[in-house]
Amino acid sequence: MQKVTAKTLSGKAASLLNAGEVKYVLGWKKGEFDYDITPALFESAEELEKDFVWNDFSCANLSKYLIKYTRSLSGKILVFLKPCDTFSFNQLLTEHRIDRQKVYAVGVPCSGMADEKKIRENADGITAISETEEGYLVHTLYSDAPAFISKEEALLEKCLSCKGWAHIALDEQIEGEVFAPSADRFDQVKALENMTPDERYHFWQNELSRCIRCNACRDVCPACTCEKCVFDNPNSGVENKAAANSFEEKMFHIIRAFHVAGRCTDCGECSRVCPQKIPLHLLNRKFINDIDSFYGEYQAGLDEGSRAPLVDYDTGDLEPSQVFDWRDGQNA
Amino acid sequence: MPVNGYKPLIVAFCCNWCSYAGADLAGNNRLNYPADVKIIRVPCSCRVNPMFVLRAFQRGADGVIICGCHPGDCHYTSGNYFTRRRMALLFSMLDYLGIERERTRVEWVSAAEGAKFAATMNDFAETVASLGENKRLEDLRCKK
Repeated sequence: MQKVTAKTLSGKAASLLNAGEVKYVLGWKKGEFDYDITPALFESAEELEKDFVWNDFSCANLSKYLIKYTRSLSGKILVFLKPCDTFSFNQLLTEHRIDRQKVYAVGVPCSGMADEKKIRENADGITAISETEEGYLVHTLYSDAPAFISKEEALLEKCLSCKGWAHIALDEQIEGEVFAPSADRFDQVKALENMTPDERYHFWQNELSRCIRCNACRDVCPACTCEKCVFDNPNSGVENKAAANSFEEKMFHIIRAFHVAGRCTDCGECSRVCPQKIPLHLLNRKFINDIDSFYGEYQAGLDEGSRAPLVDYDTGDLEPSQVFDWRDGQNA
Repeated sequence: MPVNGYKPLIVAFCCNWCSYAGADLAGNNRLNYPADVKIIRVPCSCRVNPMFVLRAFQRGADGVIICGCHPGDCHYTSGNYFTRRRMALLFSMLDYLGIERERTRVEWVSAAEGAKFAATMNDFAETVASLGENKRLEDLRCKK
């Protein structure tokens, strides 16, 4: 359960709307099910009153929507940003993708989000989910008594290594406690690095072979903002779906990971939206971990206007041939 | 250079200003290096998009080597510094995905280093030949 209530947020937004400070509000509303809370644009206090939702399923990072809306709408847009979303927001500002003048950014403290996939794993036919202090009561078609799942069990993977606030670009910040991280985000990367190459290959083959190329990871990624994407085939007539050729079909994940390397803020949206439960964030985290260890700590989106590691260099950088020995030395 | 009868296919991206001239010098000096090495001339080693490397592997290359000017000697001042970062990350990622790390290499070869070019290619061809055919990177996605 979130410590800040939906009422606080919608009240704040409604007062700014009524005062004419902002014209639109970018927030969340209920989707088809209780666990599928989707991003939504609100234009009036009545709409907010009726549809606005802020709970443990308001996971969606709203920063990417600002690219579209700051271009298509005239008037200021209020956006709610969770601590992890502020990194993406700053990164998009750094890349000049968002018109800052048209945005009123409000920081929302977050108490950790729930992973619908973890909840749905053990429950078929979910009709409703109600939040309690300790977790969630899952009501299903097949049983009269709701099943209980604790907050820890259902916690979104990325929240375990919460990065906390990146303050810089906010207009306003709602006070409150932020979820405290409990895990090192590179644990899994290091575990994979310590496997043998064969084990790693089989791990990835097993994961990546499930991919159905729905492009959800690309579409949701705040770093994937190219107007023309290499993965779209201009001759197919159907946008977003058809592969340009077999090459990019087969190498999709690694190409995409490389395209966002150095700009990925590790917001974890790719893994969250993957319908096939592929741990895509492990690819991005590998790049982040490498960049951190080879070229010094770097967090994309931590400060506005910083130079990304891949468009920068140092004359004393590690040689590609030294990389493995060097890392083996570190891991040993 | 066959090892156990296997002749590898190697793609070498060579920068126009140093390594390609180095390869030329190796030829002029009649230094032997395996014919399995296919040289692709690029204006600068930083012209090599990581996707080129992946594509070479996917189309059946067994090893990919990128040759450029020594750091500090780039014809375009700083191109090879970017190559160095990019390829360090790419190769590290390929290793993370379970691809043998010996299949990829970056080597700095100047226009005066014909002998180094030949020696590098001989050594790389032998290493790759001993690894055998590259099957893993032909399709990272589908189960065999």
